[in-house]
Amino acid sequence: MSSYSITEPSSRQKWAAGTLVIVYAVITLLPLVWILTTGFKSPVDAIAYPPKVLFEPSLEGYVNLFTTRTRVTPEQLESLPPPASWYEQIVRNRDMVIAGPSRYGERFLNSVIIGFGSTFLSVFLGTLAAYAFSRFKVPMKDDLLFFILSTRMMPPIAVAIPIFLMFRTLGLSDTHLGMILLYTAVNISLAVWLLKGFIDEIPREYEEAALIDGYTRFQAFYKVVLPQAATGIASTAIFCLIFSWNEYAFAVLLTSGTAQTAPPFIPTIIGVGGQDWPAVAAGATLFLVPVMVFTILLRKHLLRGITFGAVRK
Amino acid sequence: MSDTPIDRVAKATPPSVAGKIRGLSDRTIAWLFVAPTIFLLLAVNIFPLMWTINLSFTNFRANRPNREVDYVGLRNYERILTDGDIWLTMQATAHFLFWTIVLQVLIGFALAWLINRKFKGNDLWTTLIVLPMMLSPAVVGNFWTFLYQPQIGLFNYGISFLTEADPSSFQMIGDVALAPWSIVIVDTWMWTPFVMLICLAGLRSIPDYIYEAAEIDRASKWRQFWTITVPMVLPFLMLAVLFRGIENFKMFDLVVQLTGGGPGSVTELTSINLKREAFEKWRTGYASAYAIILFVTVFGLASIYVKALNKVKER
Repeated sequence: MSSYSITEPSSRQKWAAGTLVIVYAVITLLPLVWILTTGFKSPVDAIAYPPKVLFEPSLEGYVNLFTTRTRVTPEQLESLPPPASWYEQIVRNRDMVIAGPSRYGERFLNSVIIGFGSTFLSVFLGTLAAYAFSRFKVPMKDDLLFFILSTRMMPPIAVAIPIFLMFRTLGLSDTHLGMILLYTAVNISLAVWLLKGFIDEIPREYEEAALIDGYTRFQAFYKVVLPQAATGIASTAIFCLIFSWNEYAFAVLLTSGTAQTAPPFIPTIIGVGGQDWPAVAAGATLFLVPVMVFTILLRKHLLRGITFGAVRK
Repeated sequence: MSDTPIDRVAKATPPSVAGKIRGLSDRTIAWLFVAPTIFLLLAVNIFPLMWTINLSFTNFRANRPNREVDYVGLRNYERILTDGDIWLTMQATAHFLFWTIVLQVLIGFALAWLINRKFKGNDLWTTLIVLPMMLSPAVVGNFWTFLYQPQIGLFNYGISFLTEADPSSFQMIGDVALAPWSIVIVDTWMWTPFVMLICLAGLRSIPDYIYEAAEIDRASKWRQFWTITVPMVLPFLMLAVLFRGIENFKMFDLVVQLTGGGPGSVTELTSINLKREAFEKWRTGYASAYAIILFVTVFGLASIYVKALNKVKER
């Protein structure tokens, strides 16, 4: 029946619209495809003119990403025992030897620790606050909710000045704990607003029935409400994780060594005479692909997440 | 819904009474649940904000913490508001804000309108289009400097392919005239999907029967578009503009990686300028006053805008 509806676009219209959207999608995805492919190019292919679409795949970018190397003379190279592994072979082809691992692994691990740590904390605290805002008469509720949201309007650099001083005083500079607390504070506004929306959608009757059955409020909360809100909690967690994962301003200002995450590190990967683009692209690929996967998983809740729950589909 | 006796009892019992039956009172639980969040925000947001306000009246320098600190009254604020360089920064920010919003609204709305033609596979393509906005702006911005390289860069190659200009004849990032556009292009590439998603939600919220009624009244498609589609999507569009406006006013990561504020200072947006004052020149007191001015500006503009948005919604 709907196919005869006067509001249904004609098949010609659909075809034209589809073509235009696909053309846009292909153009907009080109930079991302370029990141993925550059990671597998040899340094020469990466900077070829015209840009190479077809090329012989190489793992040199990934090897360079994870190692530091030193140049050796051909005589020294001759005197070395044969390479013990395929990656040593790749490095030796460039008259170099592996000097040690690079910092990328550590930086990536920092991103994981700080990302998951802050996500756990913000979702945990956010769920509690959201439940209270959703179900109880909290004094000055609207003001508090607006206050929570308004903390997001500060430019990060503006907050960074006192945080920098505060962390220095408390010994939290360049520590995982400091960054986890900071990212939690930034994420919590999102967590509270999103989760409040999700919990608002769970009928109160479920808990009230549980209360009649002799559950305490607390039991009703974690035995009835939490399982119902599981999808909402999971998608909120992914949003918080992506935010912490991508964050750059605080990371670059407040960390330098031990707690530095990957975003400030990746742009500093340099080779001979400038940035080592295959290695940068390899580092970027490993860093961006998990987010792409999460985005696809999240697609149903995407709109809600990016608008702080203001728009629900 | 089926009305079992349990449901009826449950509905008849006010939650406040139910809470008192056993365990902690609702009031205590509410307090316990909200307090940690408020405490964290007070410690990591409000306390620092107060500190910034206090610093903004001093000549404190964070790289010399032991030097004696003098209160200088409103001098920092005076100097900022009369400083010509800051107005140049504001102009660069205004250019960036204006063009990113215009382009993202136009392209985003057009895309949403096309996707709403409900062609086959539109969900898949929507998900793919959305990918850029979820990625780390710093990492992606850094890679765009590679795409913008003269000669070997993919962007320059694409432009030369379309216009037959020599790909090494122009530098997007190094050129004073082109650099402000280079950041507009990347931001538009990244955030158009955001506007698109919100517009799409707006378009999908319009019930079919309104168009059917218009069709019966023999309103032309053009008229339907301007009298039904546009007014009904407007609140959504305004919300998207609010989000983009606030985000781009704060813009730091993408642009700092792309151009670093250069060449000269033509792309030095307020956040980058603020970072220079605070963390390179270490004029902490001055930068604090600057931060407060920025915050008040965003907060003020956003409040006025939200009032306008609510008026549009009420119509």
